[in-house]
Amino acid sequence: MAPKTLSEKIWDRHLVTAGIEGASDLLYIDLHLIHEVTSPQAFDGLRISGRRVRRPDLTVATEDHNVPTENIDQPIADEVSRKQIETLRANAAEFGVTNYPMGHPKQGVVHVIGPEQGLTQPGMTIVCGDSHTATHGAFGSIAFGIGTSEVEHVLATQTLPQSKPGTMAITVDGELPEGSSAKDVILAIIGRIGTGGGIGKIIEYRGDVIRNLSMEGRMTVCNMSIEGGAKAGLIAPDETTFAYLEGREHSPTGADWDGAVADWLTLPTDPGAEFDEEVVLDGADIPAHVSWGTNPAQVMPLHDVIPSPDSFDDPGLRDTAARALEYMGLTANTPMRDVAVDTVFIGSCTNSRIEDLRAAAAVAEGRHVKDGMRTLVVPGSAQVKAQAEAEGLPEIFRAAGFDWREPGCSMCLAMNPDKLQPGERAASTSNRNFEGRQGRGGRTHLVSPAVAAATAIAGTFATPADLD
Amino acid sequence: MKAVHIVTGTAVPLDRTDVDTDQIIPSDWLKRVERTGFEKGLFSEWRDDRDFVLNQEQYAGANILIGGLNFGTGSSREHAVWAIQQYGFDAVISPRFADIFRNNCTKNGLVPVTVDADFNAALMTAVRQDPDLEITIDVAQLTVEAPAAGLETTFPLDASTQERFLEGLDDIGLTLRLTADIDDYETHRRPWLPATGPR
Ligand code: SF4
Repeated sequence: MAPKTLSEKIWDRHLVTAGIEGASDLLYIDLHLIHEVTSPQAFDGLRISGRRVRRPDLTVATEDHNVPTENIDQPIADEVSRKQIETLRANAAEFGVTNYPMGHPKQGVVHVIGPEQGLTQPGMTIVCGDSHTATHGAFGSIAFGIGTSEVEHVLATQTLPQSKPGTMAITVDGELPEGSSAKDVILAIIGRIGTGGGIGKIIEYRGDVIRNLSMEGRMTVCNMSIEGGAKAGLIAPDETTFAYLEGREHSPTGADWDGAVADWLTLPTDPGAEFDEEVVLDGADIPAHVSWGTNPAQVMPLHDVIPSPDSFDDPGLRDTAARALEYMGLTANTPMRDVAVDTVFIGSCTNSRIEDLRAAAAVAEGRHVKDGMRTLVVPGSAQVKAQAEAEGLPEIFRAAGFDWREPGCSMCLAMNPDKLQPGERAASTSNRNFEGRQGRGGRTHLVSPAVAAATAIAGTFATPADLD
Repeated sequence: MKAVHIVTGTAVPLDRTDVDTDQIIPSDWLKRVERTGFEKGLFSEWRDDRDFVLNQEQYAGANILIGGLNFGTGSSREHAVWAIQQYGFDAVISPRFADIFRNNCTKNGLVPVTVDADFNAALMTAVRQDPDLEITIDVAQLTVEAPAAGLETTFPLDASTQERFLEGLDDIGLTLRLTADIDDYETHRRPWLPATGPR
């Protein structure tokens, strides 16, 4: 048999019918994650056509985008947000879908709860009406975001018509410099391939730097595949993956576990398999990164100066850069370390898992945030919150002047009370720096948890090493 | 979904790259549980600027939107497609669409027309010179043309998507015809695959 890549193997396993003569393949979906924003119109569609959810047992819902991160024992003040949450609860009840509501011990950002409950496993197909679904690819599964019509399609049929994406290998060799993290790796990758670099493709991340990442770090990398335009991103399962999964709530047990592991070991890309495109980066060239513009490819090493639009050869990129600098209120050639920040957000499905909070707490411990700095630390899920509490992290954050919150999407996007005001500048561990993403007129700089914490303390962009 | 054979009309040139779905429809609009009424949210933050292209009178009534490279990147929100459609557009032209956005277009009958960058630039220029320039997109022939400007090219659409556009077919209905195949697939899924809900 011809050698195959990881993503091709998973794809082929899930073919219900193979498309012929240019038609799409029909793909079986192993897990469907749902949240309140992209599902109401899908459930409505089912009702109108008198259809049921085919596999409620392969479907799970949670509330994340709209939920406030304070006073969650009270009803949501924003009436429209409340209605959307109530609609999800009613739909879940009517169609027999499990929902983890605000305040539930298993609630959290949709891409944080799947892995932590062991619902995300190697070799699966996973979809969600959310573009950061690629997060689950960290386990060696094909996971991608879909629109509301497709949500309805999966609810009704547990399948999706899809045309087969291309393949792309991104290899990060060597070792990262001290103080650099998974977030810096993915920012550097997007800076390299651009926002459209992965369009129509599934990216497989490989190389020593990737292999040496924890599952949390791998999730951070896969999470932002969509920022590089890719349909999905994944990493071959290995001992790190199995160690993370063993003993989780929905992980296989006993003989099933042995069978599963044996099967998962057959998934990695065969030697000699070919990718449509290959990109190689050297880990040693990836110091702490920060975004300077309004799309996630506009990134730079933190120790550098803000680029000048003239440094771009392509006229389109030059225009985009000039417009971005204007929106961001930045002057070319200023050292990024001189740029002052008024808000720091540590959270989102990119960087709100326990390891991220530990990294931020290690920087915060024994220090204090700059006067007047607004800081939010938002665990990705109720389970992450409980773990952090067991480790004493909230006390460290509070003593350092950080605001410790309830789980949710929070300031990743402006759909709940945590927002930027016009002109405010945030160092954010989230994944999108689009205009207005964190609040109308707000200015977002994407960074790692350690840089976010150090910046909160310094008041200007800083790495932990800058604090000494 | 309504059948679409031919889209004819004038266009709006939105000459920006990386137009993301957060711009097309800001997140405040995503709180709605209805499927209509999104036209007011279309590019709402940019529309505050009087010079924004959608506010320019010469382009009023256009039903084709011409965008730049990487159109529709970002969030999976289908609301972006609904907003564009409900505002009155029947087709979007761009040298490169983001995947999810393009898929969402095809589920809703908004024609995504991918053309090469040179053609896109030439068409933008022609529309700026003559806002009344008539453009025709033919889904059966997979062509886009503006005869008065001497422009004509083809665009790709896979056979099944093209058929759905032409016939106005419901995707779910089509898949449900394959229920026997789905039933069959389910009999040989790996036994350890997880099921949701409390254990
Ligand atoms: S944390 Fe941000 S990116 Fe992740 S699901 Fe929530 S809103 Fe989307």
